[in-house]
Amino acid sequence: MFTNINKLTLGSICVVAVSVGVSFGAAAGGSYGGPYGFGSSASAGDIAKIDIDVMPDGRGAPPGQGSYAEGKKVYADKCAACHGADMAKPVKGTGAAPLRGGRDTLTSGKPKKTVESYWPYATTLFDYTKRAMPFNDPGSMTDNEIYAVVAYILAEGNVISKDAVMNAKTLPKVKMPNQDGFIAFPQGNGHRPDIFNYD
Amino acid sequence: MSKKADLINLDGYDAKTRRMMEGMATAENRALAARAEEECECKEGMFPNVDRRGFLAAAGAAGATALMTHSTNAAVPGAIDYPVQKDPTREQGRLTNDDGGYGSRSQFESEIRWRFPTATKESSWTMTPLDKSQGIITPSGLHFERHHGGIPAVDPGKHTLIVHGMVNQARKYTMADLLRFPSVSRQCFIECSGNGLTEWRKPYLKTVQGTHGLTSTSEWTGVPLSTILREAGVKDGAAWILAEGRDAAVMTRSVPLDKCWSDAMLAYGQNGEMLRPEQGYPLRLLLPGYEGNTHIKWLRRIEVSDKPFMSREETSKYTDLLNGGKARQFSFTMEAKSVITFPSGEMKLPGAGFYEITGLAWSGRGKVRRVEVSTDGGENWDLAQLQTPIQPICHTRFRYPWKWDGKPAILQSRCQDETGYIQPTIKQLVAARGLDGHAKFGSIYHLNGIQSWGVESDGSVKNVHKY
Repeated sequence: MFTNINKLTLGSICVVAVSVGVSFGAAAGGSYGGPYGFGSSASAGDIAKIDIDVMPDGRGAPPGQGSYAEGKKVYADKCAACHGADMAKPVKGTGAAPLRGGRDTLTSGKPKKTVESYWPYATTLFDYTKRAMPFNDPGSMTDNEIYAVVAYILAEGNVISKDAVMNAKTLPKVKMPNQDGFIAFPQGNGHRPDIFNYD
Repeated sequence: MSKKADLINLDGYDAKTRRMMEGMATAENRALAARAEEECECKEGMFPNVDRRGFLAAAGAAGATALMTHSTNAAVPGAIDYPVQKDPTREQGRLTNDDGGYGSRSQFESEIRWRFPTATKESSWTMTPLDKSQGIITPSGLHFERHHGGIPAVDPGKHTLIVHGMVNQARKYTMADLLRFPSVSRQCFIECSGNGLTEWRKPYLKTVQGTHGLTSTSEWTGVPLSTILREAGVKDGAAWILAEGRDAAVMTRSVPLDKCWSDAMLAYGQNGEMLRPEQGYPLRLLLPGYEGNTHIKWLRRIEVSDKPFMSREETSKYTDLLNGGKARQFSFTMEAKSVITFPSGEMKLPGAGFYEITGLAWSGRGKVRRVEVSTDGGENWDLAQLQTPIQPICHTRFRYPWKWDGKPAILQSRCQDETGYIQPTIKQLVAARGLDGHAKFGSIYHLNGIQSWGVESDGSVKNVHKY
């Protein structure tokens, strides 16, 4: 009966949990507030498997590197089909976003939000590409491929030079054109909402 | 694309927004066209999407029996097409539990979500049909959706949540582990910050499903995130978490730690059963009052940190570009908002007389304190009745008795939440954020302005702007 653990439903998991003999009755009537100790330690290996984020200061950036020339090939193989050969005009019907162009349009009537014009951090480009691209095979690119295609996209957008190699050290140092274009909205009732309609 | 003639001038919106708006109009027109195909002589029916069988059954009108012997709509999602009895009092009904043990809605009810026709069906969204919503709960199958990488089928027996980063001990939880912790339930709305994105400049979509269908309320059950954070032990200096999903987008948002300690929930239950797959089965983050995108579905990882992670969703998307070129970031809270769901766009009132105006109000900051209704375009306001119990950060049903004199009228609602904040007009929002007459406008998010429905003398109801 345990041959197909894949078929376990949450409902049956619940039954299993109860059957190990936890005394919910005592907890309900009492004041016990933990610790409960359920779960297990997450090993370094458990974490490494899914800890893929890269932060603006470079934390999380993996080993490896990539150049413009390598990136050009990666882009042609894995990106151009949707984002278009020149990055500025995505292929119609794909839903892809333009990656290049649009600088100085943010104050115009028709802002063009691209990686070049709008994205504040180059690390975000690496992070997003690694987790979600290419759309038809997400998570399939190697870190070297991602560094390379980031180098290519940023150089095509005139953010970095074509000689620049992207790696864990250089990526967080890239200054994006719109890095200072964001206002972290203050939280709390003292600051929001922005319309002061009060009785 | 739909007929261009149906579309208003979209100059002033950026290309992406224009495409989105045109697509949504196309989807709405398609949904309305499907309704028209079902239509019959009963043009006087108040609801746009009830076919004659349903309408006549509801109204108990003469002649219903003959019509109802027609084959019913075999393709209504979520329903089974049972033979309709001529006289249910003269023969036995269908067999108990013969449906396999999980019921279905009436075959005469046809409310469905409609999808914004994005280029791909993996990254897309659907709207909740609010026009015929009853009470405050959204049926799980009608809860709006926004997916960025399709809907994953996650095996709960294999799913784990890992909590790590600035914690004393990194922890791993199976669903069985999470189900052992003390649980909480609360009714709570989730609203996409893009709700109403088409309505900034001019009335654009026709129905309340189109203008407001990116909000839904469910009862959610799960473990307070604070419980899990206490178990792991948060280190000094921590200020943010990253929440990450197990979908093809590996969706990520940063959330301030304060929010995690206060009322965030790791939710596994929805409306009395486990989450729907579209809502993140087997585990989602619930952040009451925060924009929908932050409620990460299929939650697999929480990393505690001192700084926000600056994911794509919180930088290039879901930021509010203002006049002047700067963009607001981390504008999490969904402010107080209300809308009249009946009568609403594309309905038709059969004639002068009594109608119960009804709708929904909600605020991401707490309880709704009051809702006012105007039937004269905002000249006069009168208190609506609120259905109790009124719950914080939850849809609140309001009702207002109205005797229509048959003359043109403009119906509006505005709510006030318990902080004292009153729902603004769209004009006020535009004044604060941009759209200054020179087409300078880049933000589509966080529209919580007053909605106006124009009732014409023939009883037809249309989306209008009236400040």
